Formats: sequence, structure tokens, C-alpha cells
Amino acid sequence: MSNIVVEVKDLSIRYRLLKRYSIKRNLLHKGEAPLKEFEAVKGVSFTLERGDILGLVGKNGSGKSTLLKAVGGIFAPNEGSVDLHGNTVSLLAVGLGFQRDLSGRENILLTGMLMGFTEKEIQSKMEDIIEFSELGEFIDRPVRTYSSGMHSKLSFAIAVTMETDVILVDEVLSVGDAKFKKKSFNRMKEMIGHQDRTVILVSHSSSQIRELCNKVLWLDAGEARMFGDTKTVMDAYDAYMS
Amino acid sequence: MFKQAIFDIKKYFPYSVKAARFQLKNEVASSFLNWVWWVLDPLCFMLIYTIVFGYIFKSKEQYFPIFIFIGISLWDFFKRTLASAVRVVKANKPTISRVYLPKYILIFINMWTNAFKMAISFAIVFAMMVVWWVPLSWNILWFPLILVVMVAVTFGFSCFLLHYGVYVDDLTNVVDIALRAMFYVTGIFYSIESRLAHYGPILVRLNPMACVITAARDVLIYGQAPDLPALGVWFVIGLLLSMLGIRKIYKEENSYVKVI
Repeated sequence: MSNIVVEVKDLSIRYRLLKRYSIKRNLLHKGEAPLKEFEAVKGVSFTLERGDILGLVGKNGSGKSTLLKAVGGIFAPNEGSVDLHGNTVSLLAVGLGFQRDLSGRENILLTGMLMGFTEKEIQSKMEDIIEFSELGEFIDRPVRTYSSGMHSKLSFAIAVTMETDVILVDEVLSVGDAKFKKKSFNRMKEMIGHQDRTVILVSHSSSQIRELCNKVLWLDAGEARMFGDTKTVMDAYDAYMS
Repeated sequence: MFKQAIFDIKKYFPYSVKAARFQLKNEVASSFLNWVWWVLDPLCFMLIYTIVFGYIFKSKEQYFPIFIFIGISLWDFFKRTLASAVRVVKANKPTISRVYLPKYILIFINMWTNAFKMAISFAIVFAMMVVWWVPLSWNILWFPLILVVMVAVTFGFSCFLLHYGVYVDDLTNVVDIALRAMFYVTGIFYSIESRLAHYGPILVRLNPMACVITAARDVLIYGQAPDLPALGVWFVIGLLLSMLGIRKIYKEENSYVKVI
């Protein structure tokens, strides 16, 4: 069995800046909405082996989140390919929602099924997730009654407990109150220490990247500017940013 | 691509069923009469139409309440699925910005939900058929095939509404009006064929839901064979629309997340 877990080849992702359209608006203001294309990620390639922790750095708007979503399969690539070799994947990002009217428990089940787990596998981990999320009896109430902190805790608990082969983390190591923050950072480190886990981490904190990652990809305006071991890339990146 | 579609439909089938179950459970969990509404809702409309059209407009259809109930049950499935398809991507924004799923799976979730409600309605229809002592014929065996035609047509139209619903903000309004107009020409509470002697048969064939509803009444309560050529044509159209719709969704769905 090959050790390659994530294989990204010449990946390009374009957004068609198709404006939302309203029949009413269009009758009142004649004139075509221009169909512009915007290339968020241009020809990026990299491969990750089992156990790699990749840091993604770059300025705001350089395509980090888009790349992450493409690896997670939320955006299909316009060109090139993303191959996870059948590994399961989960995305952890700020502001990801749940079905508001369903309970936390139901959301865990549905999210888990979409990640590719069977109902039985999820049920066996249900108690762990609930415990880690510290939600208590709120777990059986509709998610719309949750505070934003509870929301993030549930999201984090699902991602770290379901243990997908690949975990994509988009600047979320600052979730919840101080206690939960510490717990989640430790859990993250523990997970990252695990040999079988492959992680891609987006962060603006240079020290966090240096501490956690063994490889770094520097994105600049959608293009891969540098890819290599953490020290080399981060030294160049920090020099460039300062 | 169609191999992909079949693979995906199989893969996401357990998810869609589970999601539909939660949707149903959630719908009734907060209301006072709970699931009784699934029975009461079609029952009340059937009573209203029977009184208004049976007594005031003096409709002479045999088994008139059953005639209406079959129409309402099938129509509600079609209407609910189409009306929800327009909004379905926006309504599921939390899910689709977290994980990938083929967006047409969302239509399946709604179809299962609506099929469940339709099944309850039809349980009442069959109970009424027993009470009215409606004579049965072998033609009743066509009924499952008629449902298949309806599902194909409903899914086909829904795929396109799902796609354009993402980009066109006020498509909901247009679809609501179109569905209301279609409701009145579909003959839910009157027989198109007997009210419009000259154009009736043509109108029934041009309108997929009129075609389906007329066929269902023919096989269930009037012991007649359905209009098979018309149903066959609509089945092929529904299948074609479904395939084109699935293709369109696969091609465009990566930009949905960015728009909503």
C-alpha cells in the first residue's frame, strides 16, 4: 500500500462571479450581468504522506481556504485533480453551521454519515463526542438554541472524535472559553502526534505553524510560491511578511 | 457520469433516508397535534372541496370524495417537492458548506418526506374505497407504475428548479404562481375530460400531473386501463429531464457554495 494520502495535481479553481439574479431587478434595470471569472487557486500541486502535518500560509485572499475546501471535496476542481486515495476527510472551520432545527445528536449523526461513517460507527462514538463538546443536556435540543461557543464546541468535538484520516483545520484553534481552548489545542497536538493522521492546517500564527507542522505550503495570489520543510519556508515567509 | 450518479445515489441513500426521518420528526415534534396533522391536512381539504364542488357546483363524478382525495394526495407530492426544490440549496447551506454531497441528493430527502405523507393519504384513500365498497379490477396493478412516472417527472423538474433557484432570487415567487395556475388546470376537484369536452383529452395529455392523476383514478376507482402511451411519453420525458438535470448539477454545483 502506498503511503500517499493526499495527492493534489495542477489544481485550479475558478469562481464564476455570476451575480445573483433577480427577475424583478432585471426587468427594472436592463443590462447584462457580466460573467467574470476569478481564479482563486492556480495550478497548485503537492502530495502528503500519512502522518504529515501541512501548514498553509499566505496573505488574506491568497486561496488558502479555497484550497482547503477543494481538498475536502466541497468545491470540485475546474482543472487538475484531488485524490485522497479513499481516505475519509473532515473540515473544521469557523462559522460552519448545522441544521438549525435538528438537535445536536441528530446533527452529529447526519454529519458523520456524510463523512462516510456508518450509523453504527457513529453511535459507538456518540458519547465521546457529547462528552468532549461539554454540551450536557443541550445535545437533545435544537441547534438554534445554542450559543456560538456551543456551536463551535460541537463542531470541534465531531471533527476530533470521528477521527477521519485527513483533517482540515481552518483557523479554529481559538474556539470557546479559555478552558476549552486549552483542551482543544492539546487534543490537536495529541492528534497531530498520532502517526496515522494527516492534517492540513491554515493559520496566521507563525509560531503555531512552526510548532505543529512538518511541511509548509506558501500560497501567493493562488499560486504555490514555496513548498518544503517548515523551517525553510517559514523563514522565507516571515522575512517576506515583515 | 451516469455511473457516477448511480454510485452516488447508492452511497448517499442511507443518509437521505435518515435526513428525511429527522425532517419528519422535527416537523411534528413542536406542534400540539403532532402527526395527526398529516392525516387532518388532506382530510380537511378533501371535505372542503367535496362540499364546495359536490354540493354547490353539483359535480356528478362517481365516488366524488375519493376522486378528490386521489387528486390531492398526488398533487401535494408534486407541489411540495417542486416548491421546496427551489430553496433546497439555500436551506441546506450548513450541510453543503461542511461536506460534499451531490446536491440532487437534497431533492431525494424531500421526496422521501413527501412520499411518506402521500403514503398516509393513500392509506385513507384505500380505507375510503373499502367503506364505499368500490369494485376493484386487475387494472389496480398499474398503480405503482403510475407513481414511478410521477416521481420521474417530479425529480426531473426539481433538478432544474434546484439549479436556477440558487441564482435567481425571486424564482420562488414565479414557481408559486405557476404551481397555483397548474393546480387549477390539473383537475384536482373536477374532471377535465367531462368539463371540457373538446379539449379535455388533449389538455390531460399535455399536463403530466393531469395525466398521472387521471390514470390513478382510472385504475383505482373506475376499473379502467390507464392511458399508457401518454404515461410512457411522460416517463421518457421525466427520465430525460432527470438525466440532463443531474448532469447540469454535477457541472455547476461547485459554484453553489460561493453564491448562497
